[in-house]
Amino acid sequence: MMTNGGNRGGAWPQGQVGDVAGARSLGMIVSGSLAEGVVVRLDADRSIEEVKVGTFVNIQGQHMRFFGVVTDAALASMDPAMPTQPPDVSDPFIAQVVSGTAAFGTITVEPMLTIGGPDSIAGLDGPQPARTVPPHFSRVGTATDTDISAVFGEEDDRHFWIGSPLDMETRLYLNIEEMVKRSNGVFGKSGTGKTFLTRLLLAGILQKDAASNLVFDMHNEYGWQGTSEGATSTVKGLKQLFPSKVAVFSLDEQSSRTRGINPDYVVRIGLEEIEPEDVQMLRESLNLSEVAADAAYSLQSKFGARRWLKSFLEMPGGEEMRELARDLNVNDRALSTLQNRLSRLMRLPFIDAERGHNSVNRILDYVQNQGMHVVLEFGRYGSNLAAYILVANLLTRRIYARYQQLTDEAAGGDGSQTLRPLVITIEEAHKFLNPGVADQTIFGTIAREMRKYNVTLLVVDQRPSGIDDEIMSQIGTKLTCLLDSERDVDAVLSGVSGSRKLRSVLSRLESRQQALAFGHALPMPVVVQTREYGSAESYASFGWRDERELRAQAERDAADLF
Amino acid sequence: MNDQALTRSESGEFRLGEVVEASTTLLTAQCYELYTAPPLGSLVRCGTSDGAGHNDDAVYGIVYEVSTNSIDPSRRPIARGRDEDDEDSVYEANPQLSRLLSTEFNALVVGHRRDGTLYRWLAPLPPRIHSFVYDCSDDDLREFSSALDFAPILLSAPIVATDDVLAAFLKRASAVHLDPSGFLVRAGRQLTPLLGGEVQRLNGILRRIAPSQAGFTA
Repeated sequence: MMTNGGNRGGAWPQGQVGDVAGARSLGMIVSGSLAEGVVVRLDADRSIEEVKVGTFVNIQGQHMRFFGVVTDAALASMDPAMPTQPPDVSDPFIAQVVSGTAAFGTITVEPMLTIGGPDSIAGLDGPQPARTVPPHFSRVGTATDTDISAVFGEEDDRHFWIGSPLDMETRLYLNIEEMVKRSNGVFGKSGTGKTFLTRLLLAGILQKDAASNLVFDMHNEYGWQGTSEGATSTVKGLKQLFPSKVAVFSLDEQSSRTRGINPDYVVRIGLEEIEPEDVQMLRESLNLSEVAADAAYSLQSKFGARRWLKSFLEMPGGEEMRELARDLNVNDRALSTLQNRLSRLMRLPFIDAERGHNSVNRILDYVQNQGMHVVLEFGRYGSNLAAYILVANLLTRRIYARYQQLTDEAAGGDGSQTLRPLVITIEEAHKFLNPGVADQTIFGTIAREMRKYNVTLLVVDQRPSGIDDEIMSQIGTKLTCLLDSERDVDAVLSGVSGSRKLRSVLSRLESRQQALAFGHALPMPVVVQTREYGSAESYASFGWRDERELRAQAERDAADLF
Repeated sequence: MNDQALTRSESGEFRLGEVVEASTTLLTAQCYELYTAPPLGSLVRCGTSDGAGHNDDAVYGIVYEVSTNSIDPSRRPIARGRDEDDEDSVYEANPQLSRLLSTEFNALVVGHRRDGTLYRWLAPLPPRIHSFVYDCSDDDLREFSSALDFAPILLSAPIVATDDVLAAFLKRASAVHLDPSGFLVRAGRQLTPLLGGEVQRLNGILRRIAPSQAGFTA
């Protein structure tokens, strides 16, 4: 039938020609720019309803393949008068002809990465950031599983399965090893799955053995078992999944035992271990004035490093206090307020007025020598923010100092000794990293100096706008669940290219099990449908086996043995 | 219609008549017999032949006007049927009529074939006067209508009611395709960009070719 040689390029200019291999063709590029994204005209037989914002697409350029993400969908028409004089679509035939041709859908695609190309040798370099756009009329198709694994990697001893891209079955892998080299953040408003996501990341770090974890577990969610909003009200914590690798420390032994946990170590803090920097951190939560908080330094220089707090707290009020105030050149009211507020905090049972406990050594022993992971449960004190801040800050500062010392020693040695990286997880991070205290606290230092000393943070927070900008810009990988507040969204997306488009993606996330992930460990931003956690199968995928299986295994082993 | 008068070609096509006026864009042909013109929108061909040989040179046209007139322009026909029972009796009673009247049709040139290759645009030269004009076979029509590259010629032709001609052509062509409604949808989609700024005109053409319209024989 088609014997006519004079006809250019086949009989009908239909969408099916020139499909990108294996992908479902969507349309072709008709205009656009690198800054604004390229506009793709959908094929006549593609419905705009099929294509969702956040979907991955691949684009076959002339010399290389582009990998991009759909950032917008729009309706367009050939005739500007179409909206006022629409064709007679009551006739199904006419509707069929004009839809997709005279009236058609367009999508905007942001080219994110290029795969292959004249500069790369057979794709050995891996995906590169896109620095140009594909030419006119390039075919655009949905991304295939192969594309996804080419971009995000495949499961190996570094890549951890965190979920799937939106509307896809393909597994998405996060490079855990790369992730723990920087400080990372998990954000999202309350109830959107921050804890869930954090637990998943911690499990990933554990499973891939990329670093040791130290978790300041405010609400007792990570150690033994956590709560879930789903059908099963409890989910297994890290200790249940990885019993031989996780140690649960507790500040509140009684609470731990009530919940059926036998903590590996009960943490106590000696009064002598508290330093003026710790008081600085507590300014906000104890509602102290700047003068009062600064007085701690003067007190330290007056009474000496280990004794200052004990001496100060034992001090009677009245004339002696006024004298001390004069001595230190501070307002006596401020000083007595400081004494008041601190003594309330120092009466907490885990504070030991008599002696130091060096809980830090225990933590370091587990983390560094035994290669284990430590979850510090706060028990009932989790609701006491001042207690959480005090303990987290105090322990972290010491740990960091030790790491600094060990790193320097290792650098001085023959290089055979490598320090195991440590990831410290803190919740309510804006209390530690707000602009007022970020440059004074140890967490600010860690976030800024990053991996120089092998210690990084995993900050979990629901109000990222409260975190200092400078810290925020240093956070490597961010995983963000739904955020409502404009300021929070701004804070999370500050300094990210294409933030305007990400913003529209971020505000359209579902409130459960979805997160926008971007940053250092990912080649491009991606919306993740996080993997399931909480069912028996999901536990099994972490290598957990229930008792029956373990017993069967033991019996088999015994039979083998004898 | 007088069947003996129509000469059947080797490929099974009917010889309709001869070219009596020719230009690059338009052809006028006179039928051998009265009232044997091809219907509106028919694809006709002058010259040889079936696309197989090397010497095939042909010009294709789409019929856009059919007329029957007196051979002598100064002598108008007069009414003759007062005493006859029906119209046919008028012709039987006046056998000279078939010599005094003639049927002509005009076709718009839309393509040509040279050395066996089909082109859907104008031929370098119009056919000679007295070239034979054939009604195209189904195969020929199917081949020609498999692409609509010639549609712009039709849509911008200096003739009356081009849209009707195009619609008539598409309907006739759809009947020889395996999937008539699929053919019409694809044709409609090809026309759409050509009528980019004229949605109502497009609408009109589509209404004429819509399978739901009466007279569609698929």
